[in-house]
Amino acid sequence: MTGEGPARQAAALAARTSYGRLLSLLSARTRDIAGAEDALSEAFAAALQTWPERGVPDNPDAWLLTAARRTLLNAARHQGTRDAAAAEIARRHAMLAAEGHDPAFSDERLTLLFVCAHPAIDAGVRTPLMLQTVLGLDAARIAAAFLVAPATMSQRLVRAKAKIRDAGLRFALPEPEERAGRLGDVLDAVYAAYGTGWDSRDGLDASAGGLAEEAIFLGRLLAALLPDEPEAKGLLALMLYCEARREARRDRAGRFVPLAEQDPARWSRAMIVEAEGLLTAASRSAQFGRYQCEAAIQSVHVQRAVTGVVQHGALSLLYDLLATRAPSIGVLVARAAALLAAGDAAAALAALDALSPQARIATYQPYWATRAHALRDAGRPDEARRAFARAADLTGDAALRAYLLGRAADGA
Amino acid sequence: MHYMLLMTETADDFAKRTHPEEAGAYWGAWNAYIGALQQAGVIVKGDGLQRPETATTVRVRAGERHVQDGPFADTKEQLAGYLVIEVEDLDAALAWAARSPAAASASVEVRPVLPPPGGATA
Repeated sequence: MTGEGPARQAAALAARTSYGRLLSLLSARTRDIAGAEDALSEAFAAALQTWPERGVPDNPDAWLLTAARRTLLNAARHQGTRDAAAAEIARRHAMLAAEGHDPAFSDERLTLLFVCAHPAIDAGVRTPLMLQTVLGLDAARIAAAFLVAPATMSQRLVRAKAKIRDAGLRFALPEPEERAGRLGDVLDAVYAAYGTGWDSRDGLDASAGGLAEEAIFLGRLLAALLPDEPEAKGLLALMLYCEARREARRDRAGRFVPLAEQDPARWSRAMIVEAEGLLTAASRSAQFGRYQCEAAIQSVHVQRAVTGVVQHGALSLLYDLLATRAPSIGVLVARAAALLAAGDAAAALAALDALSPQARIATYQPYWATRAHALRDAGRPDEARRAFARAADLTGDAALRAYLLGRAADGA
Repeated sequence: MHYMLLMTETADDFAKRTHPEEAGAYWGAWNAYIGALQQAGVIVKGDGLQRPETATTVRVRAGERHVQDGPFADTKEQLAGYLVIEVEDLDAALAWAARSPAAASASVEVRPVLPPPGGATA
């Protein structure tokens, strides 16, 4: 136990902190992510065997990298590609082995994130790819978060990796002229991970399938690797503001608590302080961005912890700005909710009516919940009741459903 | 890597090839595009194709030959030509595809060429 314990711990730590760094280094040259994953898992298995006997190496990452590269090289030889390709791999192997002795070998994870969110990759598989390649999550865990069968998720991931390799996607940061758009895709994919399980998670049980922690890890990584991109900071700030309020979204009995009724004492002060710092730093670049704007809206909400009031004027200004620059259905419904919170039910209803022709609202729960509240405030209780019931039908979150059904039965 | 750019055009595009006023601009755009590819030294091979009305499609089913007038699929965008280019990666191929006149009016499908069997590099 004495010999094995530390070795296993070192392997586990290396697995958690270094997986993405190692995988990005191993796949960058060959574009073969699946091959690199196999080689890396063999290296981890070898470490579990070797380290307890011979002790943990000084630089576990370098050891793992060298072991995995040897496997890749052997695999290339076995495939009978002992021509130019094999020679090239051998040359680069030698070059990189030298690099591997440096404990601070290069970090290619940013490149890997851009590959995962490449426009040639289907938008629906970008987030799962990131979670698997950069964080090492297995397909079953990802499948649970995205509410699909594990076999389906595995198949999507395999197909995407094959496309990356066979179509020859570029493993490099995008050219400056397409940088902004491509970064937007990366940020969107990370935010999508944050959104998984947000509404379907019952209570505070983090094991129920959400990936908020993983999304924040990726957000931190992006903010650190792209110190000059205000939107990377904006996204991280946004996720931290939301995460800070997670506990307060349920009362002691596990019932849903809407934002306006949450107890600010239950918000995480540390996360809010960090988010405020990020947002301030981002605003120095004076470049508008969707995520900074959304984070600023959250910032206004949490000011209530200090001032005791919500600055509705500031909120509607920010929502107007966001709706002009990034008019997604979520933003437009949230803008209507802000109008309602400011006491203008008629304007909120008008904003919601303007969305009615869009097919997506039929199944968009926040639309029906906001509409229900607006109808209630406008003195139309029967319609409000029906809208609350419809919103309740559209959520998989038991606590939120109970809250909405309660409102519907309340005579709204 | 070698990529094939499959260029499609609309019926309007095909008509421009022989249109007294528009043929100049049409061919000028293609010549400029091919010229840029040549200057970059990336063309492996390529051809333009005659109008889709000149196509004949053949199928053999149960040993019987079926010959049909017209292209294999009746769609708004029809195959108008192809290029095989040699570039570093998909991103470079997509950048070339985006510059083609076909991308602006119809579409360009970009596909990696199947490597020769055995992985030998010719």
